Amino acid sequence: MAADNSSQAASAPSAAPAAPSGRPRAGVRFAGRDLGCVRGDRAIFAGLDFDLPAGGALVLSGPNGSGKSSLLRVLASLLPPAAGQLLWDGADVARDPEAHRARLHYQGHHEALKPELTAAENLGFWAGLQDKSAGAVARALARFGLADLADQPVRLLSAGQRRRLSLSRILAAPAPLWLLDEPSVGLDARSVRTLEAEIEAHRAAGGLVVLATHQPLDLADPRALSVDDFPPAPVTADDDPWAGALW
Amino acid sequence: MSTQAAAPRKTRSLHRFANPGRFLRLADATLPWLWMACALALAVGLVGAFTAPVDYQQGASVRIMYVHVPAAWLAMFTYTTIAVASAVALVWRHPLADLAARAASPVGASFTLLCLVTGSLWGKPMWGTWWVWDARLTSVLVLFFLYLGHMAIANAFDDAGRGRRAAAILALVGFVNVPIIKFSVDWWNTLHQTASVSRIGAPAIHSSMLWPLLTMALGFTLFFAAILLVRMKNELLGQRLRNLRAASLQRRGEPGAAATGQPAHAES
Amino acid sequence: MPKTAPETAAAGGDPGPGLILGFARVVARDLRLALRQRGDALLAVLFFVLTAMLFPFGIGQEPNLLQRIAPGVVWVTALLAVLLSLERLFLRDYEDGSLELMALSPVPLPVIVLAKVTAHWLTTGLPLLAAAPIIALMYGLPAAGYGILLAAMALGTPTLSLIGAVGAALTLGARRGGVLIPLLVLPLYIPVLIFGVSAVDAQMAGLSARPQLLLMGAGLLAAVALAPWAAAGALRQAVE
Repeated sequence: MAADNSSQAASAPSAAPAAPSGRPRAGVRFAGRDLGCVRGDRAIFAGLDFDLPAGGALVLSGPNGSGKSSLLRVLASLLPPAAGQLLWDGADVARDPEAHRARLHYQGHHEALKPELTAAENLGFWAGLQDKSAGAVARALARFGLADLADQPVRLLSAGQRRRLSLSRILAAPAPLWLLDEPSVGLDARSVRTLEAEIEAHRAAGGLVVLATHQPLDLADPRALSVDDFPPAPVTADDDPWAGALW
Repeated sequence: MSTQAAAPRKTRSLHRFANPGRFLRLADATLPWLWMACALALAVGLVGAFTAPVDYQQGASVRIMYVHVPAAWLAMFTYTTIAVASAVALVWRHPLADLAARAASPVGASFTLLCLVTGSLWGKPMWGTWWVWDARLTSVLVLFFLYLGHMAIANAFDDAGRGRRAAAILALVGFVNVPIIKFSVDWWNTLHQTASVSRIGAPAIHSSMLWPLLTMALGFTLFFAAILLVRMKNELLGQRLRNLRAASLQRRGEPGAAATGQPAHAES
Repeated sequence: MPKTAPETAAAGGDPGPGLILGFARVVARDLRLALRQRGDALLAVLFFVLTAMLFPFGIGQEPNLLQRIAPGVVWVTALLAVLLSLERLFLRDYEDGSLELMALSPVPLPVIVLAKVTAHWLTTGLPLLAAAPIIALMYGLPAAGYGILLAAMALGTPTLSLIGAVGAALTLGARRGGVLIPLLVLPLYIPVLIFGVSAVDAQMAGLSARPQLLLMGAGLLAAVALAPWAAAGALRQAVE
């Protein structure tokens, strides 16, 4: 789909295209065109468009199994889309996946923590893979109230503490695009407020957030996208029995 | 944007990957001819094999060659086919190439097994033992295990697509390794050469034995092509069946249409 | 601070830690993990020694025979010990989600695979190398054979780890994954076994082991060049 189809973008209230100027902040814009996703032999969604300018937050909704997590994995380039393309600043993400990986933080259902390592070691490793200096670990820990536990092996942490530690990973190294799958699950009220504050700070600095959540977060002017609104063409016996069947 | 209006476009976008319908028509048109040519080649080859002169050393047991050697050729040819199809599947993501690689694997394994069994049967009168660690036999045995690995991994995943792609990578890795394994086994064999092992299939083969051999090889190749088409057709029809089931389930539970495809696919 | 995030990354200024630093950080992390759970690495060596101990029970204790089969026994048991350790190469990272984050890091996945294989070899291959002379001693290998045995193993065991990484990556998430790995990997191990044993045999027969060692070196280089890519391709599929 050509980029001038952005007027079709289901969730964009204003379709005014952001001119990709030389200044990075104004040009940063994350968009998907006609995205389709197939998992196993089953089509999950199709024809999905979205458009997210710098500082925007896109909140994915839909019942369980509607494909929110799959969409996030597509956006993270973990799962190649079966159709359509992702555009960052007008450029096709598939052309340079390494650059796309460098600019995003993905928080999935897994915590990706090693019980043998301390909290700081766990966080330091992920920050060190993302960034040259691996500097912001102490601040990230402090933000989620884990400063005192920095030298504790993760196996001694409670489930909620692990959850917070896992989430603090997105603060430990900078990345303009945050993709968060149910980030507030298992967090206490205070941590949820920290999360909201960090998301807002990230957006204020021109960052982008896409998140799937059942528990509404208090965000300023979020865009909503219901993955359910983009069902794949239903399987029919007479019309086209092959749709989406092979991949 | 209304969902209904967008539906036809979506169908196209997910559907552009393959047109199995055309493949099925092509296969149906080709198969009778393939089977006929195959039967003809095998018949002529067999007549030739049984009228060809016997070897003055080996006697009539040399006739095993007319099955053994084509089976060995086809074992290697099939693995090459799988590797090429896997490369096409990985690079261009063409579903039919994937299907071909997966369908060819058990056929290749059967040829390899046939080669091993006939080799063993031939070895008994020639070497006085059922199995000799001859370089060729050993290489073919390794090839057999490569086939088994390919078949096993293709079926080892709940997500069939994952199995197909893992099998494709394995086929390519194996293909790179086949010459290395062959070379090392030859090396090993020359180091541990025993006097009783004589080399079979020496270059000096008389033309009266060569033409039945080549005809048999042609027959085997045609058989491979035909059985491959049948297996691919079978797989595609199975998929159509699953789709029809999914469609009928969808009609029954109309409102939640998007999710109802799942149960039918879960069996696959 | 995340405040500067979009500016730095969108300006396209060299994201990520770079190849060498990324490689070193993964190696350091895997070594630290291995150090904190020493049992896993020791298990492979223990298996190596125990299996090698079984052969005299099976075939008798005739010194000439044991001496003749010593290189073969060392190699076959080392190969099986490596095989035993392969499943844990990626499995834990796969199960706890670390693998998908690695696949999303700016460090190219083949480099991460190479780093993980390096750490695997340091914790599995190197201890085997250290234990091999003990087994050779118990089998009465003549003194002339030790140097070549160690040289061949130094070239061969990294190749085993590299090839094994492809098998381990391919079987992630498979039903019966652990049983599948030997089926996929053992046929590919045959050349290493043949040349490894042949090198020692040649040395003991008074011939030069140079060709075997050169071939093993070539095999190692080819494996370093190709296996990380194949394994990375398999890992990408696993984290889809």
